[in-house]
Amino acid sequence: MNQTGKQYWRSLEQLSNTPQFSEWLHREFPESAAVLDSSSRRTMLKLMAASFGLAGLTACSRPVEKILPAAKGSEEYTPGKPVFYSTVMPLNGAATGLIVETHEGRPTKIEGNPEHSSSGGACSAFAQASILDLYDPDRARFVTHETRQSSWDEFFAFAKPHFDPTQMGAGEGLRFLSQTVNSPSLDAVREHVLRRYPKARWVEYEPVSRDEELAGSELAFGRRLQAHYRFDRADVVVSLDADFLGLDSPEVRYSRDFSRRRRVASEKDSMNRLYIAESQYSVTGAMADHRFRMRAAEVPDFAADLARELGVLPPALTVLNANSRGKRAAAVARDLKRSRERSIVIAGPRQPAEVHALAHLMNYALGNVGRTVVYTESPFVPQLTALKELAEEMAAGKISTLVILGGNPVYDAPADLEFGAAMKKVAVTIHLSVSQNETSALAKWHLPEAHYLEAWGDARALDGTASIQQPMIRPLYGGKTAAEVLAALTGYKDQRAYDIVRNYWMAKWPARDAESMWRRCLHDGVIPGTQYPLVEPKPGKAPELRPSEAPAGLELAFYPSASVWDGRFANNGWLQETPEPMTKLTWDNAALVSPATAREFGLATGDLINIEVQGRQVPMPVWIQPGHADGAISVALGYGRTRCGRVGDNVGHNAYRIRTTANFHFGSASIQKTGRKYRLASAQEHFAMEGRAPVREATLEEYRKEPHFAAEHKGEAFSIFGDFDYSKGYQWGMVIDLNACIGCNACTVACQAENNIPIVGKDQVARGREMHWIRLDRYYTGPEDDPQAVTQPMNCQQCERAPCESVCPVGATSHSPEGLNDMAYNRCVGTRYCANNCPFKVRRFNFLNYHKGLTETEKMAFNPDVTVRMRGVMEKCTYCVQRIEEKRIQAKLEGRRPIRDGEITPACAQTCPAEAIVFGNINDPNSRVAKLKKLNRNYTLLDELNLKPRTSYLAKLRNPNPELA
Amino acid sequence: MADLAITRELDAPLVVGEPSYSDVTESVSRIVENKMPRAWYIAFGVTATLTGVLLAMLAYLVTTGIGVWGNNQPVGWAFEITDFVFWIGIGHAGTLISAILLLLRQRWRTSINRFAEAMTLFAVACAAIFPAVHVGRPWRAYWLFPVPNEYLGIWQNFRSPLMWDVFAVSTYATVSALFWYTGLIPDLATLRNRAKTKARRIIFGILSLGWRGSARHWRHYEMAYLLLAGLSTPLVLSVHTIVSFDFAVSLIPGWHSTIFPPYFVAGAIFSGFAMVVTLMVIARQVFHLEHLVTMKHLENMNKVMLGTGLIVGFAYLTEFFIAWYSGNPYERFTFINRALGPYWWAFWIMVSCNVLVPQLFWFKRIRTSIPAMFVISILVNVGMWFERFVIIVVSLSRDFLPSSWGHFRPTYVDILTLTGSFGLFLTLFLLFVRFLPMISMSEVKSTLPRPAAARGGER
Repeated sequence: MNQTGKQYWRSLEQLSNTPQFSEWLHREFPESAAVLDSSSRRTMLKLMAASFGLAGLTACSRPVEKILPAAKGSEEYTPGKPVFYSTVMPLNGAATGLIVETHEGRPTKIEGNPEHSSSGGACSAFAQASILDLYDPDRARFVTHETRQSSWDEFFAFAKPHFDPTQMGAGEGLRFLSQTVNSPSLDAVREHVLRRYPKARWVEYEPVSRDEELAGSELAFGRRLQAHYRFDRADVVVSLDADFLGLDSPEVRYSRDFSRRRRVASEKDSMNRLYIAESQYSVTGAMADHRFRMRAAEVPDFAADLARELGVLPPALTVLNANSRGKRAAAVARDLKRSRERSIVIAGPRQPAEVHALAHLMNYALGNVGRTVVYTESPFVPQLTALKELAEEMAAGKISTLVILGGNPVYDAPADLEFGAAMKKVAVTIHLSVSQNETSALAKWHLPEAHYLEAWGDARALDGTASIQQPMIRPLYGGKTAAEVLAALTGYKDQRAYDIVRNYWMAKWPARDAESMWRRCLHDGVIPGTQYPLVEPKPGKAPELRPSEAPAGLELAFYPSASVWDGRFANNGWLQETPEPMTKLTWDNAALVSPATAREFGLATGDLINIEVQGRQVPMPVWIQPGHADGAISVALGYGRTRCGRVGDNVGHNAYRIRTTANFHFGSASIQKTGRKYRLASAQEHFAMEGRAPVREATLEEYRKEPHFAAEHKGEAFSIFGDFDYSKGYQWGMVIDLNACIGCNACTVACQAENNIPIVGKDQVARGREMHWIRLDRYYTGPEDDPQAVTQPMNCQQCERAPCESVCPVGATSHSPEGLNDMAYNRCVGTRYCANNCPFKVRRFNFLNYHKGLTETEKMAFNPDVTVRMRGVMEKCTYCVQRIEEKRIQAKLEGRRPIRDGEITPACAQTCPAEAIVFGNINDPNSRVAKLKKLNRNYTLLDELNLKPRTSYLAKLRNPNPELA
Repeated sequence: MADLAITRELDAPLVVGEPSYSDVTESVSRIVENKMPRAWYIAFGVTATLTGVLLAMLAYLVTTGIGVWGNNQPVGWAFEITDFVFWIGIGHAGTLISAILLLLRQRWRTSINRFAEAMTLFAVACAAIFPAVHVGRPWRAYWLFPVPNEYLGIWQNFRSPLMWDVFAVSTYATVSALFWYTGLIPDLATLRNRAKTKARRIIFGILSLGWRGSARHWRHYEMAYLLLAGLSTPLVLSVHTIVSFDFAVSLIPGWHSTIFPPYFVAGAIFSGFAMVVTLMVIARQVFHLEHLVTMKHLENMNKVMLGTGLIVGFAYLTEFFIAWYSGNPYERFTFINRALGPYWWAFWIMVSCNVLVPQLFWFKRIRTSIPAMFVISILVNVGMWFERFVIIVVSLSRDFLPSSWGHFRPTYVDILTLTGSFGLFLTLFLLFVRFLPMISMSEVKSTLPRPAAARGGER
């Protein structure tokens, strides 16, 4: 980065260059608390100026255009009452429908939109956490021109003549680069732009790619189709390296559909069966009934075996079935054949096109197409080759103007494209993004983009359902959307984002109904009739598949991160601190290797190694992952950012530096030990159950034989303190279905957002002080090399005979008449005795002032219904008592009616994509929770302690194939 | 004294060299009346510095938060409560010597009781720091006392052992102070009478509460002293019993145990006597009190250590036996984890120092060797500190759900706070030997053989 600009910029640069971990850590300590204040008087004045500026911005800057609240809100605005709006969050070309809670004009909480097909009322950890990105104090606040502060006026004064067709001509040297666009109104603007500059080209690029999927459907059907899977209809699912419950599905819908088939009410019920062949242990792998661990390069062989067994490929000449892979494939194939028309074979996005094609053909052969697998035209285009061409053109000096709309190609483009170097050869580079990143640093112009929660737009879900992206707040830093910028540059008929979107849709509807349609679409969050029509594909010939070659060295595979995705969420503290579902790592990525591979290379967790791919090297700490394929390394993308802000800078290591177009998904690599150690912060240190069975598990067969396997036989014990009378009124309780929970982390982040839970930073996590009120306990069972994994969400169990209550000397925690274990935060003196005496260790203590140094913008994200706890105070899950009280007041106002079942939903339950968490009144025999508690799989933890927890669990079941057992 | 009439049946003299009353007065009083030896100033310099370190660490703690220590989830209590229990334990020797041995007519206590009582007070003062600052919001620590408060109208929770602790420790501190002070009155009067400056006369005059040594005074004094001894006696048992309830009443494996009260009391006496021996060995050497604090005293204390050490060792065995015998998997795991888990070294330090080393006291030669008893007494206190560490930290670090297991690593603040608390203790002690008679003159005189006593009158 050129540092010779004006002073203002240089100071910000200095600020953002501060190593981010040490800042999070040291902020808590007085000797370094001066970091922000002492750098210079000028910084101080700037911060003051910024604060004054924000003070104006923060005050209820609702959008000027008319936006409509959803059904839950009231049209007349009542101070103190939240208002809910529907909107959509675009991610990787797929939109998630959301309902956003706002308080006094500030969005504070995100939920899934039940009307929206992609979410069905749930949403992912990414969507939950995106609220924090809105208030990120490191967002771009002004237009930057060659590292100098500029303004939109200056930009347009330069750009409007520059983009004038008399200047630009037909656009030979003009290129647009964006992330995957799946927005109808932006498409309209794009068409206009490309008509205006017929020789210009528009390239899309996402580092988490769909290219192989597209190519696979082309191979199988001769055209680009998008497959949609109906997991709720499938009895048998075979996943070929597809983490469809986790990171390989941009929508939460698959989790929801899949878990519906894991809901077992009694021993007479059936459930689906999941096979997975994969290298890295994914959350889908943890859910699987059979997990075949193999290198990613071996998955095509497995797919071919399966295809042969199913008659999609001609039988092999050699007897492949002799090996164990072949035997497994044969058993799986027989199972699939038994479940004709009710099965799914799904290939993962990292697998080559041939595997996708085989999966399509197998589905076709099994009669699944049209039943469990349906197809629509794909809205997507191949990206990687287009990006490669673009980079080559740029490097060759053929490009004069490059407009980058969102994204961060300098950081995340394949390393061999040398995108950063190529960008320097382009005369005019314009980068629009929400915050300054590695790409902005090399762009001539950087334009602040409006966050999706503050800008008008629209987006389609994977199935085509379009929704209006409705802003809740005016752009905090004067950002504009991509459509607005393009419209301004090219003289589109509408200029404001609102007009661009509204006029696009109004034109589609008959003029008479248009206004009411618009209002309805804003209210519902979906535009009816916009789903893509289904198509009937014609299968072609099966592709040629060469058997995989023995790998040269280790196999290296790249995965999106469960925390920072492709790196775009790197400055989001909630996500950085969310433990990775399998390793429980926070604030880092690591080179995951199997125990056997670690032994072979003499590696231990925390060793720093160099991973080398064709002369490119990157250091990476080792994490030994039980169940990982041998001879393979998995690395999460998205870490090692250098320019994203005070949270994300220099967190983890940048795997993009060894990701090229040749090994875009996986390839071979070598490693060298450096002899150094690296400190990794895992939120869980021990992964074995030690024979204690906090998670109780049986196979479906065992369950049928022994339906009460989960329950402990115990006599009723009494409490020496005497019990409360729990027979009257509302008695709140919770049931968590371990058979449905996929361990995706959405509940953890939702709880963090709802309950103002602080971020503590890597150092504090390493010391064992993370604050999450609901955590996902990960246990492995079976052999270390190939274990099964289970997840157990663990929040306060609300014991009726709570051991924490009797030991608090000041009475700060005590029982409510409704069975809640309440915390009076302002009475707590912080003896920590309650936490010691909690057998579930769900109480969280503010060891330091974790809210110290929050900027005014960050404070806007707080939920005003929940106390922000100070240091020295104990805190914990309260079943979202603020939500309970809100509904109680509402019920009282509505004529003292009883609270209906399902009316109150804690944040974790509301966002759970698997609907694994159910909350309600256990005194009402007709409530869902009371019914679930009667199931024979229901059990409570640590019965022998006589605690009577209000949270109970439904035991985990697996449905293994008897042939493979 | 109350037991003057009792026939002496002790086999060895409690003072050697047949000193007269005035010899006793002289040898004790001159310590506080003359300039201290150089060693005292050096020692005071060191301990005062350590006290400063303690204050600095506490200031850092209060301004920043508990996070400056290594405590975490699941180890909510670590060094601070270990230190608290350790110091409270140290105090026990004083109460035991003053009260129980008085009631049991153990006359050998007279030479060491003042010393031990002072130690009790200072140890309790050190101990009291920890519960006060270990809370997350120390400025609200007064909420632990049943005072009406402005917030929320929530009363204290009398089911909490921490609440019982507050009463136990504050009662203990009060009664110990009264007991100590009451015992001091005749000696303070002696110092007043000997005072050469006006300031000393006034100060000791006020402190001695108008003591003139009349028969009536003696009568009241002895009655009061006896009553206070009666009051203190249950405290010897109750304080550490209640401290042990902090653990025994909870449900954490390794804490939840009915053996804790006697086990803790024995351990407390064990460590208290060890501390008395450590300090007494130095003091009698430096201040030339060998004739008043004789080998018999030291040997008796070593015997008490041997006895209580055996009780402690027996308690360790019982815990392991019960863990196995109960069949409770959590309990079993906890004890295996103690001996073989990540903190095995702490457990084995505890066993060697508390069980193995004191066995040397079976030998009279070691029991009566000053260097040996000095080293052993220090080792015993190291072991007793680790005993509390093992009970508190190791039990918490691995409880019921393996997902929550964690590891505690102390920070420098933890270590310096512990070190600093020794500084405070020793500073108070040095001030005590500088300004107050460290041996109870009046009581020692009562143990003098008649003929010797008759040679000089009491002053």
